[in-house]
Amino acid sequence: MNVDVFEDERQHHFVLNMGPQHPSTHGVLRILLEMDGEYVLDPQPVLGYVHRCHERMGEFKPAKAFMPNVARMDYLGALIYNQGYAMLLERAAGIEVPKRAEYIRVITSELNRIQSHLLWYGAYLLDLGAFTPIMYTFDDREHILDMLEDVCGSRLTYCYSRVGGVCKDIDDKFIERARAFIERLRSRFPMYEDLVNGNVIVQKRMQNVGEYTPELCARFGVTGPLLRATGVEYDLRKAEPYSVYSEFDFEIPTEKKGDAWAAFNVRFREMEQSLRIVEQALDKLPDGEVMAPKVPKKLKLPQGDYNCSVEAPRGELSYYLVSDGSDTPYRIKVRTPSYSNLSVVPELCKGMMIADVVTCMGALDLVIPEIDR
Amino acid sequence: MAVIGAAVLIFGNALVMGYMERKLAGHYQRRTGPMEVGFHGILQLVADGIKLMAKQLIIPAKADKPLFMLAPILSFAPVFLPLLVIPFSDRIQAFDLNVGLLFMLAIASVNVLAVLMGGWASNNKYSMFGSFRAVAQSIAYEIPMLLSLLAIVFMTNTFSLRGVMEAQNVWFIFLQPVAFLIYLVCMVAETNRAPFDLPEAESELTAGFHTEYSGMGFSLFMMAEYTHMLIASCIATVFFLGGSSGFPLPYFEYTGIIWFLLKAYAFMFFLVWIRWTFPRTRFDQLMNLCWKYLLPFSLVNLLITVVVVKL
Amino acid sequence: MKAYFSELFTGAWSLIVGMKVTIKALFTPVVTVQYPRQKVEVTPNYRGHIDLIKDPESGTHKCITCGSCMRECPSDCIVVEGEKREGVKGKVLTLFTLDYTKCSHCGACVETCPTDALEYCNDYEVAGSTREEFHYDLIKRMEERV
Repeated sequence: MNVDVFEDERQHHFVLNMGPQHPSTHGVLRILLEMDGEYVLDPQPVLGYVHRCHERMGEFKPAKAFMPNVARMDYLGALIYNQGYAMLLERAAGIEVPKRAEYIRVITSELNRIQSHLLWYGAYLLDLGAFTPIMYTFDDREHILDMLEDVCGSRLTYCYSRVGGVCKDIDDKFIERARAFIERLRSRFPMYEDLVNGNVIVQKRMQNVGEYTPELCARFGVTGPLLRATGVEYDLRKAEPYSVYSEFDFEIPTEKKGDAWAAFNVRFREMEQSLRIVEQALDKLPDGEVMAPKVPKKLKLPQGDYNCSVEAPRGELSYYLVSDGSDTPYRIKVRTPSYSNLSVVPELCKGMMIADVVTCMGALDLVIPEIDR
Repeated sequence: MAVIGAAVLIFGNALVMGYMERKLAGHYQRRTGPMEVGFHGILQLVADGIKLMAKQLIIPAKADKPLFMLAPILSFAPVFLPLLVIPFSDRIQAFDLNVGLLFMLAIASVNVLAVLMGGWASNNKYSMFGSFRAVAQSIAYEIPMLLSLLAIVFMTNTFSLRGVMEAQNVWFIFLQPVAFLIYLVCMVAETNRAPFDLPEAESELTAGFHTEYSGMGFSLFMMAEYTHMLIASCIATVFFLGGSSGFPLPYFEYTGIIWFLLKAYAFMFFLVWIRWTFPRTRFDQLMNLCWKYLLPFSLVNLLITVVVVKL
Repeated sequence: MKAYFSELFTGAWSLIVGMKVTIKALFTPVVTVQYPRQKVEVTPNYRGHIDLIKDPESGTHKCITCGSCMRECPSDCIVVEGEKREGVKGKVLTLFTLDYTKCSHCGACVETCPTDALEYCNDYEVAGSTREEFHYDLIKRMEERV
């Protein structure tokens, strides 16, 4: 982007740099906004500030040792990333996972999804200027983090799934706490609706901001709650069911309009659906082992390429592993949802006011370490 | 003597309000506010004041130096004046001007100039944005404010603040509820408090027009803001809640100030309450609110008042 | 015209409802734990860095110097060395260091150990001023344990 002296009519535009350090870009994202007064003409995201070479690290470590890396890529959906990668290796090596382990993976993944949406909710409202809802959502989040800490051993960057199952079983204390948490969060939803969803200022800020169509989503590969906000009912848990999701009864919330308010509502209602899944999974939890019986220590994947997709809180997450038959993979590629979600910004945010750019980016729910890997 | 009293009130108010705001903000968010300094954080503002005074005054390289240093002073100096005119109780009032209301509103408008200077002189795009918005916002919201207070003036036939206070047998909040509501919204907008705090929009513009100020400059802007809140609350108390009227206390000509301050601080509590509840409005929605909703209502209110008074 | 007024009233009512929520929260107790004066109860399942378990019968560790933990570690932070001594079956452990600055808390070392010689130490209040403070010598730590 040419930021030197402009000739012609660009002389009275100026470039505002929502720099890598900014309270509302959710990470180290830099956006160059060419502006005319209060209106944005040309937003250009600049990436790469958090690039940590995760995919390169996958090329000289054995395939099983990549598990801590995937959790660091999206720290808010770490259990889902773990699950996806474990599924990839299980598919590649042909290992079958016991039923109880699948149920535990689903329960913890859905709790992780709720936790990620709660944080998004609070942080989005913080961008808009409301300082209290984030404190309430972090309070709810603490309960989930404490539960998961008891089982997985960490609070944010979990390393819980293994090839063939999970590493530790859940006990009755976890099940009790999970049920108590479901009750608690259900009783908090009316409070959030009163404080935030019904508030006229919030509605006015978010309605008709950043309207996009399913065609735009198809062009840029946008998936997840953003796609469901335009009316397309595409959720990998229902479209291509993996793990034991086909055994649960849950809905896919969709909205028609495709603006920030629609995305907001979709994510809010997804939390309730995730609660339903957790409830059903806790009721149907089978007994048994949590680890497959014979998992080789050195996982040698046969030559070829393997692929696995899961539904992360932000969209569709895909792993692609190319193996050349040796100890370490030849290439691991991770297709993260936020990268595709971010790519609509230059087209979507043209002609908006700067306050709307903040609203629009908050609705996209970006996690920058996932974009840069 | 009066100036010393005003100074005591300003600094006392900054201390009390700063502490109250942080503690209340904490409890609204189900956390404790400051707890370390002093018992439950009472001396927190003292520590803050010392810190701000000890900080290095950084002036950006290409900033307009005289304007940069003048802006906080221009923001802070005029706040002494309105406090000299407010009738705190029946006997405590420094000067009883005939045009007390006009005087107070005029001084409150000087803040606009200080904000503009601060934003422009900082040589920073974010600050410039903040100050543009502040100017438009302040100028726009002065009109409904004045019109709603004019309705009261028509009823009492005097601009003097003591006259308005003494003319209230029934508090005017009951006789002019619409004017009260309009004034409440304008009070929030004039003092740049959330949900109208676009000039300082923290998460969009990283502190708006006072981004580049550190130490004493910042603290002068902050004290000016708190004092403007106090002045606006005092005007609301005088015009709508009857000033220092209330249950009689001994030496009421002097101790009426207690009722007055209680009512003024009730308004301040209200300002803090809505700050921590609502998100920010967008700039054009803010202007929409003023021109499309507040202005017609205040004009209609004025018209009805005039008609009723004449009859 | 009707929309003008209805929008105004629903908007104003939503603001009042929101204010009711906050004022209720004002009078509920705080959820803060005032660290460091009060401490949060940490579950014993929290992973910290690893420690060698002191076997109560033999009074020393159970490590057989197989090196599995060193091989499994994704971050290359464990160094295990042993030597063969006469009269002793198998290797004797001489060096077991953990570079905690690189540890990713994955748990592979604990799970892969054939003799279960490692456990998590759920110490979360580790703070130091140099990197060398986090190069733990686990044999020494085990000997200092109760």
